Amino acid sequence: MAKLIVNGRLREADVAPDTPLLWALRDHLELTGTKYGCGMALCGACTVHIDGVATRSCVTPVSAVAGKKITTIEAVGATRAGRAVQTAWEKLDVVQCGYCQSGQIMSAAALLAKKPQPSDADIDAAMTGNICRCATYVRIRAAIKTAARLAEGAA
Amino acid sequence: MKGLIAMSLENPQRRVFLQAAALAGGGFVIGIAPREAGAADAAPAVLNPFVRVNADNTVTVIVKHVEMGQGTYTGMPTLVAEEMDADWAQIRVEGAPADAKLYNNLAFGPMQGTGGSTAMANSWTQLRMAGAAARAMLVAAAAEKWKVPADSIAVSNGVLTHRATGRRLGFGALAADAARQPLPADIRLKEPKDFKLIGKRLARKDGRDKTNGSAKFTSDVKLPGMLTALVAHPPRFGATVKSFNASKTIMVKGVVEVVRIPSGVAVLARDFWSAKQGRDALLVEWDESAANRLGSTEILDQYRALAAKPGAVARSEGNAADALAGAAKRIDAAYEFPFLAHAPMEPMDCVVKFDGDRCEVWSGEQFQTVDQAAIAGVLGLKPEQVSINMLYAGGSFGRRANPVADFSVEAAQIAKAIRGQSPVKLVWTREDDMRGGYYRPLYLHTLSAGLDAGGNITAWQHRIVGQSIVAGTAFEGMLVKDGIDPTSVEGASTLPYAIPNLLVDLHTTKIGVPVLWWRSVGSTHTAFSTETFLDELAAAAGRDPLEFRRALLAKHPRHLGVLNLAAEKAGWGKPLANIRDQARGRGLAVHESFHTFVAQVAEVSVGKDGALKVDRVVCAVDCGVAVNPDVIRAQMEGAIGFGLSAALHGAITLKDGVVEQSNFHNYAPLRINEMPRVEVYIVDSSEQPTGVGEPGLPPVAPAVANAIHAATGKRLRNLPLRLTA
Repeated sequence: MAKLIVNGRLREADVAPDTPLLWALRDHLELTGTKYGCGMALCGACTVHIDGVATRSCVTPVSAVAGKKITTIEAVGATRAGRAVQTAWEKLDVVQCGYCQSGQIMSAAALLAKKPQPSDADIDAAMTGNICRCATYVRIRAAIKTAARLAEGAA
Repeated sequence: MKGLIAMSLENPQRRVFLQAAALAGGGFVIGIAPREAGAADAAPAVLNPFVRVNADNTVTVIVKHVEMGQGTYTGMPTLVAEEMDADWAQIRVEGAPADAKLYNNLAFGPMQGTGGSTAMANSWTQLRMAGAAARAMLVAAAAEKWKVPADSIAVSNGVLTHRATGRRLGFGALAADAARQPLPADIRLKEPKDFKLIGKRLARKDGRDKTNGSAKFTSDVKLPGMLTALVAHPPRFGATVKSFNASKTIMVKGVVEVVRIPSGVAVLARDFWSAKQGRDALLVEWDESAANRLGSTEILDQYRALAAKPGAVARSEGNAADALAGAAKRIDAAYEFPFLAHAPMEPMDCVVKFDGDRCEVWSGEQFQTVDQAAIAGVLGLKPEQVSINMLYAGGSFGRRANPVADFSVEAAQIAKAIRGQSPVKLVWTREDDMRGGYYRPLYLHTLSAGLDAGGNITAWQHRIVGQSIVAGTAFEGMLVKDGIDPTSVEGASTLPYAIPNLLVDLHTTKIGVPVLWWRSVGSTHTAFSTETFLDELAAAAGRDPLEFRRALLAKHPRHLGVLNLAAEKAGWGKPLANIRDQARGRGLAVHESFHTFVAQVAEVSVGKDGALKVDRVVCAVDCGVAVNPDVIRAQMEGAIGFGLSAALHGAITLKDGVVEQSNFHNYAPLRINEMPRVEVYIVDSSEQPTGVGEPGLPPVAPAVANAIHAATGKRLRNLPLRLTA
């Protein structure tokens, strides 16, 4: 039984300690917003925040996150950066198929929390690990800049 | 699927809408509870197969096309809302249940399906009719209630108003009464000048769910007692299970059952991770007696030998051989295209609940009724005993439009093997998906052209060698004529340039690798060979590539329109800004696919080490009436990125019959740091709207290759483009 602090609540998942966090979230805690895309930390669809840091949950065993604060797409809107990113994403209609977008938003929110005014190079560095096969990259870049302005305005 | 779209869908769309509405009408009306109109808990009123008005004043538009990112859940309801005079905010969207009669694709049915960029083209009249009919029924209901003539009632933003008295009612209050009205005999559609929603930027209907994690994909479905299944597939296409040993698998905690099915061995477990570990522990011996052992190298060698001989003629004008022999200058080139995986972000999956005489399916499928029939076939049911809940598809690009419904059939086989004891969620891993076949076929093209002394093209000979996508499927009889699969030659056989002697021929090969349509189908390769070869001819003739094309397109105003627009916006002919230590170049390409016209100008930088960067792509598109300009822009941006993945990186290669790639580290999609700046310009047009999901893709690879030539003088003829060894 793994004990996890997810989105501010203590949750228990009946999984072995080496089970990737992704599958504990999806199959045992009904948090399906976090997606499986590759299982090898290559695509970023499974990105969550561990103590605020963007982390690939598909290669993170539950044993490694005991006692740490896990935030998923379902709750990232409660943070200022997360809310700004989601608002900007909707405003610019970033999404297409949408499958990778939870991961994109989690990576973008972690970036903005750390760097409120990211440069293009900062965006590349933070977002290159997140694949979008629909190639919504033009809008992801624009939406991060919009979110930066929104978050600043809300400050 | 190009060529399948009737030149005008106007009449069939009207007829089919009326038939479907009449067919559905009685049954739907009975379904409405006899309550006071306007009661908050009233049942929704079904006005026709596409429109339901709910008592809470929302309107549900039933969409027959899957939403896989291309914007159908936004574009389709726009047509209904426009003619209903509804408020965009009151529109809700629901996927249609699989039904080939009510939800037939009028461009390529009889079947319900999404593909060939046909959603908008085949719905343009049908859904406006649906909206206009619903509006007329609401007006008739109000007229009855207020005892006033119908033509004294105005409708705007979801509210009906009696002009003389100012009485007002919302759609919801009139829903039940409207459903009792007969289908109007004469349904009139708006004049374009009266459009309020068509042509405007309306927010995507799936925008919020897809940014807060609540959007439901097949992989998110969880049913009581459901088991997750992973399947061990053979390493070579065409192999089968000889025997297996599951003794270690059944020891894995959470594994419930291991069953043999025609496509492999399925491990069923309480969750994904248990099933994965169980499969990892499985030992399978494969019978490879009928398996493909050819590698990509051997396949290409075979194709080169075939290319030396004439093929089946797809198009012939004048006498290309004679003209070539008599030309002042002859140019020859060969082009190679690898297999490509679709690799959508959501790997293949399907949920099946089989109860013996009924089956319920959850999936994000492009070919709903093909899957329905295939699943029914496996389970010994009639198609109508199989219902499909249409969910969002996490990308597809053609992969979820399989005429043989491979993974849906596999899910049904597992459900059958366990006799429906539990609902089953079949999940493919990324590796299963990458190695699971149904690729864009590997092709070889050879092109030869002759120029006269004045630099005019006198002869053009284009030979294509590769597998047929539709061979052996239900589509073969419908599509293949005189030995030509149009999906192998489209874009080449439809070359728009005025060339007096022209021959396009085809060798259709039989290779044991499953193949399928891949975003923009034949144009994925024909646009590249034709548009880069034309640039070579322009250079040989000493002419500017833009001028050279213009002179050959006099009879193709829509090609010319996008070409001129893209060239102008890109600053064609003006010098490019210098970047230190970078060779810079600009290239263009124009191509029509699925009756939509797109031209692109690419700007590239090439470093001394051969490192290539695509800096900017300027895109002009003519897709007729621009129903939602922002969705059109999004599809152009996305298709450019998807096309660049293939242009710069994409290749599935086989060695001794085994696929060498497995995941995103060795089948690399484009990432954000490689995405160029993109500008999209839409030609103002009153032509009937055509699709935008695919046509943005074909021009990008040739535009980039032409830009590389402009920058470096190097002609790259194989994809993916390789500047360094």
